[in-house]
Amino acid sequence: MGNVIKVGMADLNVAKAPDSLITLGLGSCIGLTLYDPVLKLGGMVHYMLPDSTKLKNNQNIAKFGDTGIKELYRRMLEQGASPRRMVAKIAGGAKMFEVGGISEMGRVGERNAQEAKIILKELKIPLIAEDTGLNYGRTVELNCENGDFYIKAVGKTSKII
Amino acid sequence: MGQDLTIHDFGGIMRDFSLDHVNDMYVDVLREIGNIGAGNATTAIAKMLGARLNMQVPKVELMEASKLGGAICDEEETVVGIFLEVCNDISGSMMFLMRMDSAHAIVNKLMMREPDYNEPFDEMDLSALKEIGNIIAASYLSALSTLTNLRIQPSIPYIAVDMAAAILSVPAIQFGQYGDNALFIETEFGDDVRMQGYFILMPEQDSYAKILTSLGITM
Repeated sequence: MGNVIKVGMADLNVAKAPDSLITLGLGSCIGLTLYDPVLKLGGMVHYMLPDSTKLKNNQNIAKFGDTGIKELYRRMLEQGASPRRMVAKIAGGAKMFEVGGISEMGRVGERNAQEAKIILKELKIPLIAEDTGLNYGRTVELNCENGDFYIKAVGKTSKII
Repeated sequence: MGQDLTIHDFGGIMRDFSLDHVNDMYVDVLREIGNIGAGNATTAIAKMLGARLNMQVPKVELMEASKLGGAICDEEETVVGIFLEVCNDISGSMMFLMRMDSAHAIVNKLMMREPDYNEPFDEMDLSALKEIGNIIAASYLSALSTLTNLRIQPSIPYIAVDMAAAILSVPAIQFGQYGDNALFIETEFGDDVRMQGYFILMPEQDSYAKILTSLGITM
């Protein structure tokens, strides 16, 4: 067993097998992973908000979907990942409270998930698995040995996507 | 108090308010609101439980929004979060959090169960917790409203029992829209059972200016 590398909120990292990358208790945020199966190289970003261009205070690139995913992609390439081999998985984007109406707050999880698809399309990376939405938190772990994305939630059976 | 609350004369600094350059005065004010609010809440809950409760002076903490997930306990520990939206003169939202031991203690007391009962919450328990969150939130809001002379109306409470980091992602994101810092108030009250609660007030950016201006604070 390798090391388990923790990715915090508004944070990103890359790791090689046998290590794995973990983020604890994703709520409305998104945990997005990129994986190169040949190099057994994986990366994970845990971003909070979809779009950095909507805000003035946007220096922290891992906080936003657009800048965070692109930075992760750049870091993967830097480590030798092939753009053609990379695949993506996402989890999170929950709506933690059943707030009525269409308030911005209630929709941030959904918008975070949409942003991942927009940026991945732009980067031409296939999204091969997704576990997003609904109303519960998720702990996610990417196994760099095989690209398995392990998802754990309170009171639910764990799954691998 | 009672001054003109129109906001036409706010300068650029006020509009760009974020907790990244908050001053001590504002933290003091929040501590005072926390104090009065916790006092009100303690009285209300003591009445509800028919018990005597003491309250500790609340602790106000300013921290990086991205660190909120682990601020009260391990990120994966299950906690109870109660969320309300506020409107009227101030708009925004607020959250009250309890760790499971505190939540069980208060529900057991309310339901007249044995103190060490800790089965998963049923519908009844959840609605009791919502009501407690409601009372606590209303107590803080009424303190804030009295001090600022602003009208503040809470929505119905919403509840979630889930991983701390997942619940706290909601205020982290809310604060994250304006800057990198978040502010929360820790309150402790109890007698034979000690309870800890965490309270997070998330005004919309414009509302900070209103709160501060009505308190006569200039940034």
